[in-house]
Amino acid sequence: MAFYVVQFLTGLASAASLFLVASGLSIIFGVTRIVNFAHGAFYMIGAYIAFTLTERLSGAFGFWGSIVLAALAVALIGVIVEMVLLRRIYHAPELFQLLATFGLTLMVEDLVVLIWGPDDLVGRRAPGFKGAIDFFGQNIPSYDLFLIVLGPVVLGILWLLFQRTRWGVLVRAATQDRDMVAALGVNQKWLFTSVFAVGVFLAALGGALQIPRDAVHHAMDLRIIVEVFVVVVIGGLGSIVGAFVAAVLVSELNAFGILIFPKISIILVFLVMAVVLIVRPWGLFGKPEAAARKTPGLTVNPWRPLTSNERLASLAALVIAAMLPLFAGNYALTVGSEIAIFVIFAVSLHFLMSVGGLASFGHAAYFGLGAYGIAFLAKMAGLPMIVCLLLGPLLGCLGAAVFGFFAVQLSGVYFAMLTLAFAQIVWSIAFQWVSVTGGDNGILGLWPSSWAASPSHFYWLALGVAALVMIALRAMVFSPFGYALRATRDSLLRSEAIGIDAKRIQWTAFVIAGTTAGIGGALFAYLKGSVFPDNLGISLSVDALVMVLLGGVETVSGAVIGAIVYKALNIWLVSQTDLSKLVLGGFIMLIVVVFPKGIVGMLEMLAQRRRKSSPPGSPLLAKPIESAE
Amino acid sequence: MRARNYFIGAAFALLAGGMAHSALAQDIKIGEINSYSLLPAFTEPYRKGWQLAVEEINAAGGINGKKLVVVSKDDGGKPADAQTAANELVSSEGVAMLAGTFLSNIGLAVSDFANQKKVFFLAAEPLTDAITWSKGNKYTFRLRPSNYMQAAMLVEAASKLPAKRWATIAPNYEYGQSAVAVFKKLMSEKRPDIQWVDEQWPPQGKIDAGPVVQAVAAANPEAILNVTFGADLVKLVREGNTRGLFKGREVVSFLTGEPEYLDPLKDETPEGWIVTGYPWYSIKTPEHDAFLKAYQAKYNDYPRLGSIVGYQTIKSAAAILAKAGSTDPEKLIAAAEGLSMPSPFGEITFRKIDHQSTLGAFVGKTVLKDGKGVMVDSSYKKGADYLPSDAEVAKLRPKD
Repeated sequence: MAFYVVQFLTGLASAASLFLVASGLSIIFGVTRIVNFAHGAFYMIGAYIAFTLTERLSGAFGFWGSIVLAALAVALIGVIVEMVLLRRIYHAPELFQLLATFGLTLMVEDLVVLIWGPDDLVGRRAPGFKGAIDFFGQNIPSYDLFLIVLGPVVLGILWLLFQRTRWGVLVRAATQDRDMVAALGVNQKWLFTSVFAVGVFLAALGGALQIPRDAVHHAMDLRIIVEVFVVVVIGGLGSIVGAFVAAVLVSELNAFGILIFPKISIILVFLVMAVVLIVRPWGLFGKPEAAARKTPGLTVNPWRPLTSNERLASLAALVIAAMLPLFAGNYALTVGSEIAIFVIFAVSLHFLMSVGGLASFGHAAYFGLGAYGIAFLAKMAGLPMIVCLLLGPLLGCLGAAVFGFFAVQLSGVYFAMLTLAFAQIVWSIAFQWVSVTGGDNGILGLWPSSWAASPSHFYWLALGVAALVMIALRAMVFSPFGYALRATRDSLLRSEAIGIDAKRIQWTAFVIAGTTAGIGGALFAYLKGSVFPDNLGISLSVDALVMVLLGGVETVSGAVIGAIVYKALNIWLVSQTDLSKLVLGGFIMLIVVVFPKGIVGMLEMLAQRRRKSSPPGSPLLAKPIESAE
Repeated sequence: MRARNYFIGAAFALLAGGMAHSALAQDIKIGEINSYSLLPAFTEPYRKGWQLAVEEINAAGGINGKKLVVVSKDDGGKPADAQTAANELVSSEGVAMLAGTFLSNIGLAVSDFANQKKVFFLAAEPLTDAITWSKGNKYTFRLRPSNYMQAAMLVEAASKLPAKRWATIAPNYEYGQSAVAVFKKLMSEKRPDIQWVDEQWPPQGKIDAGPVVQAVAAANPEAILNVTFGADLVKLVREGNTRGLFKGREVVSFLTGEPEYLDPLKDETPEGWIVTGYPWYSIKTPEHDAFLKAYQAKYNDYPRLGSIVGYQTIKSAAAILAKAGSTDPEKLIAAAEGLSMPSPFGEITFRKIDHQSTLGAFVGKTVLKDGKGVMVDSSYKKGADYLPSDAEVAKLRPKD
């Protein structure tokens, strides 16, 4: 019995550290609607600074003072980031801020190694909490007891802050309806800055408090960020109590789960999230989001098919791309193939995100399923390449059909997180089911048949498929189905009122996007000759998001440019320097500030301005917008 | 035709001039890939090791009179990126062979690439048994003692312990799984009386150490096998120390004696663990002394195991290239098979039967000395003594 009590307390201690970080993320999201990918980075910097301070300052006051000082210092960094970077892009399309915080995270990962060196750092234990307390023959670390008390105390302080202060009233009001708060004359700028500072302070405090139990190293951020997101979503976005309950739930399920299934930790949080979201679409304590007042951005620049001149230009670009084998070597061609494949992957997500308004955080699942489809068909059934290429993506299609059915019942960030949960479940199956998938050692030896083996032939194949995919998806955007899909995106209520079966349309779009991603994955398997669980992983899903956002989410085909720029730059930087993350992160942040609508989005805006300023009767303006159909 | 050749030549000259690692045509180039940005704690000492080797080789006249150049690339910890890098090295840089890699899945991805493109590949650090056995191929050789060898070395010491009830803690991925599987198999063969009472599989890099330690303690084992390393090991040791998990229990642990993993533990180093590792401070052989002196003179730092691996990878590559007298992959394979050479740990041989080198490791016990962990009572275990019989290996490895 004593054992179960101690195990329960141990779970509570884990929950407390999770809660600190999660509460900060929840507050930030609730008010500013920023999906703060850098929250883990702030947590990590908190730990690093606290390590340095605790090594310098001695004594009990020195230790605890250092922890608080570190958290304050990081909060200050947070304020600077908010004022310099995020303030400029609050009015950018949804999720664009994710791109900025992603760039920041990349930079921080390299910076901490530059500043603190590559070795794992082990900090001091907390003075007064070094030992353990005997509980009927079981040991409970006294630091765990400290954390168990700290969690509810922080919860209480936050509750008081939100319920009993004017600032808290404003924060709650902004969480519910920030346009209304702005309309009532509240200075949003400072409200957002202060909220961001509080959120970052909590993240850094969470990181600093890990010093006595953890090692400080440069991958701490990734270790926690996804888990924290999951906790926030299970609890319900913007709900502090929800975050606390979810942290306890997840930690206790893990503490007792490993007694029965020792391998469960790897997937547990995602299973819990999937179940919770399917049963309660807004998390345990969340409320349905108020119908969003769409930013007019989506309607200012109406979409139109390409004019005949633009079609000719696209064709010319394709022809030039197809001539690459005439003057480029094998390496350039293989890189070209890889970029073409990522164009397919990015446009498939772009279709879902910008036409359907459904941002998926787990799109790599369908890319990877397509790749595994190839691996199964080629290695187990021994089918020839052509057949594999035609059938392999069907696994992506199947996955999208099953998961999409559940996912489209939700919307917004909840939709995104459910897709992430499904992707992680698929990933862990690929990772764990060693006898079939080979686990993380993957499936090797999937090289293309001789007709496609040479780099130039494979390049033409990838380029041809990419072109076909782009044409097909564009045709779909301007088909009746595409209009119906855009209607569900712009107003769910109105589209249902005119008889559109919104869920079915969205589900269809999800399956189309999943299958297309599967085509990309199938080609990728042949390009690399092998398949690994990496092909389904979070970082690939994030890459796809970055490509779409970089290109411009409000455009018809911005993802093409986003994919080319991001992938080419990534490959080149990785080849040139070990600090590729630092440079890439800096570049992304620069793009975010200079092109707040994405690269293509910005170019389109400039072109349109020029059109408006050109004299009336100019041929471009006179042309009825939809005439090309 | 002539004009065109000039043009291409000029273009190449421009390109080459712009590259950081430009080299003359008569140089011999080795393409090196590792997870520099993902695992700097291991790869920084590794890079220092191979840079020292390059310097020594060229100071001694290069390879058959030609200068050795190593072109190094980062793989970011992703198999797909490692292949891109391998392709660049082979297609654009024209390297004579590939070398390096740390993670098992990346080692396998590059080995498969080497097999497909018919390029010689010397895997430096990946531990998976698959790379020389179940997924072995004729183009791939491996330097470091494999999972199986490390397990066999530990079993030799562990089987002498009186403990009968064993529990295991290992990261939940291929390395952890196969380490536990081999250890259990070899241990049960030597000691049929042993019971396996619990196993814990925390996700790699994400151990929730408190509950794991409690769960293992609840099974009340007499001895524990640990396979976790890096930050996970730190958390496990800290929780285990506070909760008294290791008190009165024997612990056998993979790789923990390597300075990379032992040094961060500082004054929390648990005492009496039986570990594999690299006690650079207590090795007294002329070969190692020479290496240690050169390393410390160049970097003013002590070597980690990664330094040895990096150093010996390039030394081995140079020995193979020198013997082959050519960069033709088939000749390189012929030269490497059965080739013996000196190393800081004594003479090693690349076996013909499975392309595994006989580099060994040190097995010893951890103790706390002046506030940091060291290995004592350590002895060098020659790799050749801890491999299965040739008949068994032949069964494990597909025919070329």
